[in-house]
Order: sequence, then C-alpha cells, then structure tokens
Amino acid sequence: MKLADLILGIETSCDETAAAVVESSRLIHSSIVSSQVHLHERFGGVVPEIASRAHVDLIVPVVAEALVSSGMEAEEIEAVAATTGPGLVGSLLVGVSAAKALATVWGVPFVEVNHLEAHLYASFLEDPDLQLPLVFLLVSGGHTLLVLMEEQGKYRLLGSTLDDAAGEAYDKVARYLGLGYPGGPAIDKLALEGDRTAFKYPRSLVQENPETLPDDRRFAFSFSGLKTAVVNHVRSNPDVATEDVVASFQEAVVDALLTKLKWALEYTGVETACLGGGVAANSRLRERFTETCASVGVKGCLPSRAMCTDNAAMVAAAGYWRLEKMGPSPLNVGVDPNLGLL
Amino acid sequence: MLILAIETASSQAGCAIGGHEGVLASAHTGINGKHAENISPQIAFVREQAGIEFSELGAIAVDIGPGLFTGLRVGIATAVSIAHALTLPVIGVSSLDLLAFPARWTSRLIVSALDARRGELFTALFRRVPGGIQRVREVNVCTAEDLAAEIQTFDEPSLLVGDGALRYAEIFESLGRVELAEQGLAHPSARAMVQLAHARAMREEFVQPWDLEPIYLRKPDAEINWATRNEQK
Ligand SMILES: [Zn+2]
Repeated sequence: MKLADLILGIETSCDETAAAVVESSRLIHSSIVSSQVHLHERFGGVVPEIASRAHVDLIVPVVAEALVSSGMEAEEIEAVAATTGPGLVGSLLVGVSAAKALATVWGVPFVEVNHLEAHLYASFLEDPDLQLPLVFLLVSGGHTLLVLMEEQGKYRLLGSTLDDAAGEAYDKVARYLGLGYPGGPAIDKLALEGDRTAFKYPRSLVQENPETLPDDRRFAFSFSGLKTAVVNHVRSNPDVATEDVVASFQEAVVDALLTKLKWALEYTGVETACLGGGVAANSRLRERFTETCASVGVKGCLPSRAMCTDNAAMVAAAGYWRLEKMGPSPLNVGVDPNLGLL
Repeated sequence: MLILAIETASSQAGCAIGGHEGVLASAHTGINGKHAENISPQIAFVREQAGIEFSELGAIAVDIGPGLFTGLRVGIATAVSIAHALTLPVIGVSSLDLLAFPARWTSRLIVSALDARRGELFTALFRRVPGGIQRVREVNVCTAEDLAAEIQTFDEPSLLVGDGALRYAEIFESLGRVELAEQGLAHPSARAMVQLAHARAMREEFVQPWDLEPIYLRKPDAEINWATRNEQK
C-alpha cells in the first residue's frame, strides 16, 4: 500500500506518556514525552494502577502538544500508530484507545506497533543512512535483547536475558543501597566517583571462548546472580565504599552486555551495531559501546539519549514500515502485554 | 445538539448518537469485557447508522465512573481523544446516575448499586425531581450490608437498580418495602446517557477534554499500602 508520509505516533506502554509527529519514518516534526517518574519514585518502581491513571490525565495534553509543536494541521495526519505491546496492560490500553479514536474520527488508518520493534527503528530516525543488516543491543528496565535485523521487518533474536533485565538489576541494586528510584541514573552518576576495578563481580554466561557455551546460552544474559553477589558483598562488608560498589557493579553489567555484542558481531559478520533502550542512556555503556565497535571494526550507531528512552517518534517510525508491509490494523485489535519481537 | 455517548464502565460496552429527538443509533455488546477492542468499531458503526458526519456532533458524553477501572479508562481515553480531535466539549456522567435515570418514573427512593468486586458495591441514592433525578447522597463504595442498613434508616419504599443489587439480592430482598429492578436495567446504558447528557448540554454543563476527572472512589492499592506503612512508623 502507499506509504502514509505523516504519522502520529502514541506510546504509553510503561510510565511515559508520549506522542510524536514523524514524516516518512525519518523526519521528526515533534516528539513530546511526559515522564511519570516522580509519581512512582516513593514506591521504588512503576505502580501499574498509578501509571494507567496518569496516562488518562496526560493523553490529550501530550497529543495536543505534539500536534501543535509539529506545526502540522490535524487534517494532514495520514495514519495513527500506537504501541500495542509489550508493556503494562492498563497503560497500553489508554494509548491504543486514544489512537483508535483519533484514526476513527480523522478517517485514517490505525497501525499497531510492537514496542521492541519501535526501539529498533529509533536508530533510523537519527541516522537515515544506516545500512542493514545490523546487530541491535536493546537494553531497558524490561528487556535485554540481542537482535539481528536482516531487513525492514525481518529480525532474528540472537539472545535475551534468562532472568532480570539489565535495567531491573540497576533498580534492585540501587534500592538495596538506598540510592532511590530510578536506579540507572543514580548509579551512573555515583559510579563516576568510584573505582570500577575495586571488586570483581561475576559476569554470568561470559567465558573466554564463546564456543564452550551451549548454543541457546551463547548470546543470552543473566543478571540476577550479579545482583545477589553485590547484595551479599555489601551485607558482609557494611563499610565498603558505595561508589566503588556501584562502579564495579556497572562494569560487570557493561562487560557482560558488550562481550555478547562483540561475539554476536563476530558470529554474524555484519558491519553495523546499534544500541537502544532506556539503559542505553548510561554513560559508561555508551563509552564502552563505541570502544567495542571500534575494536571489532564495525560502524557503531549510538542514538541520542532521548531516542534511546521510550518515546513516540520511534513508534511513528515503526508504524510507517508496518503500514507499508502489513497495511492498516483492524480497529478491533487488542493489546498484548507479553508481545514478543518475532 | 447531537451527542455521541460512550459507556464502558461496567462489564458491558456501548455507544449511541442522539439529540433532543431521541437516539438515532446505538450499539451495545454483551458481557465479554473486550471494551478496548469493541468501542472504536462500535462508534464507527453507530455514526454510519445514524447517517451523520462526525463534524455534526456538538458534544461527547462519557461514563466517568465509578466502575471497572480498565473499562472506565478505555471509554475516557476514547471520549477525550474524539472531543479533542473535533474541538468539542465533554459531558462526564456518573455510572450511578445513568443506572438511576431510566427508573425516574418511580416515586420511590432509587438506589443505584454497581458491583465493585472485592465484596463491595459502588452506590448512590436518588429521588425523582421534575425532568430527572437528584442525588440524595454522594457516591460511595461500601458493602451490601452497609447499604442495606442505610436503606433501612430511610424507612420508605425503595427501588434498587444495578448488577450489584442483583448480585446481593438475598440481602436486599430480606428488607421490607424493597424491590429489585430486572436484569435489563442492571448496567448503565449509552442510550440513557444520550438523554441525560442532552439535558446537561442544554444547561451547558460541559468540561474541556483535558479537565475531565474520572471517579475512581478507590485509591491504587500501592498508595493505600504505602499510607498504612507510614502510619505504623
Ligand atoms: Zn522501551
């Protein structure tokens, strides 16, 4: 089908209410993100019911601002895309209901978008010359995935986490150390003052030779053992310097992530690597990602922090390709909190 | 003025378009809980059946609760998005008002009781007034036993409406001078909402889509637990 050039994207899968107007999956006319972090802070994590209520309050103001600041008239919008999963069911429903309603009254196609796929498309928004195939490392509070993107809409999952997501490990360690929520930015900041070689915490499923790991574990991650090791270490050494603990913890996480990325690049032989997801805003991960890509000799694509964390521009971009490939989605599609990538 | 009414706060979902001449078209689905899947296709269908364009609408009415949280949010997100897209005001109608409205022919005390699950009911009390109904007391959430005790203090003939009344029928039927309305009146209806909202539209009881406030009546569990923990400290 003919591509809709101007797409309104809506993203409400977790605790960000976001809307964006994007042209041809490349040109961002507006991208508004309203974070609810302050509402969830005292609970030490996202509370689904609170998130859902906040999305209801914010959906119209956020969509309105995305339209106004895009400089486009509503009549110019040619399709409305929204995240239908994975995510929190109550949160997803707010964005999807709004998107369907707008598509219905504007008489334009509604497009369902997979949140994980949207993260992959975030990289194309800032680097239109990005070449496929590429290996994508997606790291967030809910996901840790290594994906081989062969062509538009064609992916191969190389590996994912067997237990906690990397961002979840950050939150859990931060909570134990009393560093507040969200854990990622707090640890990132404090780690700058610490010695990352102070303690050697475990790197699960990382060995000298990748060949010694079974096929299904080679590109997989595991962070729950690391979290336990940090907690046990601090419990038996209460006087240990917190900045050294978090710096060493962060180094272990980053080591595990980038070792697997390196293996995946060597295994697939592709020439481009991409980073995405909320944890991709972490400064040490960004630094080491660039180093790793240089050492393997591939092009490293590092989206801006705003494009790594959840936003709706990436939803509009993914919606553009989905519309071309699969056509509009029926108005009676539901949401799927456990939607997978493939 | 033509009004699009959206009702998804109970286990049923529906919408209707109408004005002072009555309801032009409506659609209701049964108890399948798939509000998010159903409501937009229903709206498209009802607009077509009514033979109007969206641009001919003058206001959007929506059930603002109390009700089942998920359904409530689907309806509100849909209604405020449509209102915003069409630059129309919104009329928020309580589910309990909607339940009582079709019973306004009776001179008895009207008791709305929606099943709030967890062994509780969302309730409100009404009396007939010229042209409609008026709340005797504000909406609340309580047990069937609490509501039964309250009805007894009025000591007058009462009519109970709503799926909550039917669910705890044996408790209410044991009271004297109480009658239970039938299954057909057990859920808020989008058709009734057109009538009720039209009357409010005439009085210009509108809000802007970004000012609409849902009536949840219950705090999120996490907030309740957090408050309890902090009281104990
Ligand atoms: Zn995400």
